[in-house]
Amino acid sequence: MIWLEKRAAPSRFWTVVTPLLAVALTMLAGGVLFAALGKDPVAAIRTIFWDPLFNAQFASYSRPQLLVKAGPLILIATGLALGFRAGVWNIGAEGQYIVGALCGAGVGLAFYPLEAWYVFPLMVLAGGLGGWAWAMIPALLKTRFRTNEILVSLLLVYVAEQFLASMSLGLMRNPEGGGFPGSRNLQQYPSAANPELISGTGLHWGVVVAFVALIMAYILLHRHILGFQIRLAGQSPRAARFAGVNANRLVVFCLGVSGALAGLAGLFEVSGPAGQVNIDFNQGYGFTAIIVAFLGRLHPVGILFAGLLMALTYIGGELAQFMLQIPAAAIQAFQGMLLFFLLGVDVLTNYRVRIGIRETA
Amino acid sequence: MDLSAINPVILTASLMVAATPILLAAIGELVVEKSGVLNLGVEGMMIAGAICGFAVAVETGSPALGFLAAALGGAGLALIFGFLTQVLMSNQVATGLALALFGLGLSALIGQRYQGVKPPATARLDLGPLSDIPVLGRVLFSHDPMVYVSLGLVAAVWAFLRVTRAGLILRAVGEGHDAAHALGYKVVRIRLMAIAFGGACAGLGGAYLSLIRVPQWTEGMTAGAGWIALAIVVFASWRAGRVLLGAYLFGGVAVLQLNLQAAGVPVPVEYLSMSPYLITIIVLVIMSSRRGRAAVAAPASLGRVFHASS
Repeated sequence: MIWLEKRAAPSRFWTVVTPLLAVALTMLAGGVLFAALGKDPVAAIRTIFWDPLFNAQFASYSRPQLLVKAGPLILIATGLALGFRAGVWNIGAEGQYIVGALCGAGVGLAFYPLEAWYVFPLMVLAGGLGGWAWAMIPALLKTRFRTNEILVSLLLVYVAEQFLASMSLGLMRNPEGGGFPGSRNLQQYPSAANPELISGTGLHWGVVVAFVALIMAYILLHRHILGFQIRLAGQSPRAARFAGVNANRLVVFCLGVSGALAGLAGLFEVSGPAGQVNIDFNQGYGFTAIIVAFLGRLHPVGILFAGLLMALTYIGGELAQFMLQIPAAAIQAFQGMLLFFLLGVDVLTNYRVRIGIRETA
Repeated sequence: MDLSAINPVILTASLMVAATPILLAAIGELVVEKSGVLNLGVEGMMIAGAICGFAVAVETGSPALGFLAAALGGAGLALIFGFLTQVLMSNQVATGLALALFGLGLSALIGQRYQGVKPPATARLDLGPLSDIPVLGRVLFSHDPMVYVSLGLVAAVWAFLRVTRAGLILRAVGEGHDAAHALGYKVVRIRLMAIAFGGACAGLGGAYLSLIRVPQWTEGMTAGAGWIALAIVVFASWRAGRVLLGAYLFGGVAVLQLNLQAAGVPVPVEYLSMSPYLITIIVLVIMSSRRGRAAVAAPASLGRVFHASS
C-alpha cells in the first residue's frame, strides 16, 4: 500500500526539483495533446522549446522577443509572489495592468506633441499609480469590510477591459486614425516611447525595471523585517498575529506593490512593444504571471527562470502556430497544464511517499 | 431614448433565462463549498461544459445529449481538481486558478472547428393552456426545459442539505473534517463526489449559455459568469434559497442593462456592460460588511487541506 507521511519541513531537494519535473511532465502530456491534434509531437515540442533559441533561421528574430515577453511577466509575477507568500490573493493583475497602461498612455497622449524629457518619467509615474489605485479597491474593501479580495480583484478585470474598450473607441482614439479604434502610436512620439535600449536584444525600460524589482523583492523577503512578516503571515497567520504583525497593513502593502508593478508592466508594454492603446493590446500577461509566480516557487530567482520559460512558450507557440498550424489556444492549455503538474508534484515537497503496511497507532 | 419599449413581462421572462447559467453553476458550487472545498475553477468548468455540450449537440443533433456531455465534461475537469486537492493535497486556491486557466485554453482548442456554427434549437416546453395564461403563462410556463431543471436542482439541493442524512454528513465534513473522519466518514470520497457534482452543474450552466442563451460558440464566452457564480454563493451565505435570489437578481441586472443599451440610453455601451460586475462587487461588500454573520455562515473547514494522519 502507498501512503503519504507529512514532512516536518518542506524538502529543499524537492523544492528545486519539482518545477523541473513539472516541466518534463508537461512536455510529455503536451506531446500527447499535439499527437491527438494530428501533429508530430517531437517536432511540436522542439518548435516550442528549441527553435526560438537555436534555429538558425528564427533565432535572430526570436531571441530579442524573449526579453520583450519575459519583462512584463517577471515584473507582474514578482509583485504577485509577495502577496501569495502572505496569503493575499491578487488575481486581478490583468486589470491593474490595463489600468496602468491607460493612465500612463493617457498622460503621454495629453502631452502630445510636446517634446520634453519629463514626459516619459511622468508616464511611468502615472502607470504605476494607476495600477496601484486599481489594486487599492480590493485592498480597502478587504481591510474595511473583509470582502474577499480574490473575487473583487478578478471582477475588476472585466471592468478594466470595458474601460479599455471605451478608451480605445472614444477618448483616446487617434484623431488622425481614420476612424479605426486605437490611440496614436506612442512609438512614433519620441518623448513618450519606450524604445529598445540596445538594438537586437529586446531590452527596454520595462525589462530593466523588472530586474530591479526582482532584486528589491529578494532583499525585502530575505533581509527586511517586512519580508519576514510576509512569510510569517503566509505560513502561520495565528503566529503572525501573536508576533504583532498588522494583517491589514500587509494586505494593503502586498496588493499595492503588486498593483503598481502590474501597472508599470502595462505602461512599458503600451509605450513599447504594443505601441498603442487598443482593444486587445493586453495579451493575458496578468493571468500568465500567476503561473510564473508559482512555477518560480514564489522566489525571486525562481521567478526569473520561470518568466523566461513562459516567455519561451509564448514565442515557441507563435512559431508552432506559423510552422505547424498548431492553434494558439493549444499553448494556453499547455500553460494551464504546466500549473496543474506543478501543483500535483508539489506533494513530494511536503510529504514523504511511503510504501508498505501502515502502522496504526 | 425609448424606455417604453421595455416590456416588464418579457423582461421578467428573459431575466430567468439570463440567470439560469449562473444559477446552475452557483448551486453546484454551493454543494462543493458546503463539503469544505473551495473550487475557484468554476469559470473553467463552465466554459468546458459550454464547448463539450455545443460540440456534442452539433455532432449528434440532440441538445439533450449535448447537456449530458456538458455535465460529464464539467465533472471530468472538476475531478482533475479533486484529484490534485484531495489526493495530492495541493493548495485549493492555486489549483482552482489553474483549473480556470486550463479550462479556458482547452475549450478554445476544442472549439476552433465550431466558430460560427449554429447549434440545434432546444424546444420550449409547451404546457398547453398553462402557457396561454396572460403574463403568468409567459413568465412561468413557456421556458425551455433547462430553466425548470435548474429550479428543480435548487429545490433538490435545499432538501438534500436540509433533511437528508447524506446532506448532514456532507455538512459535517465541511464543518470539521477531522471530526467527521474520526466518526468514520470517508472525507476524501465525499468531497470528490461533491466536487464532481459541482463540476457537472457548472458544465450544464456553460452549455446553457452556448446552446440556449446565446446560442453560439465564441472563445471565452462565459465572460466571468463563473466568478459571478462564486460571488453569489458568498452573497447567499451558503444557503440554497438565497442562491436562487442572488442569481435572479443578477439576471435582472444583466437583462436590464441589455435593454437599456437597446433603448439607446445616453450612457456609453461599455459602462452599461460593466454594471453587472460592479453590482456584484457592491453586493459582496454589503454582505461581507455585516459583522460576524458572513464569517459564521461559511463552512468552518472551507479551503483547508485534509490529511488523514491516522
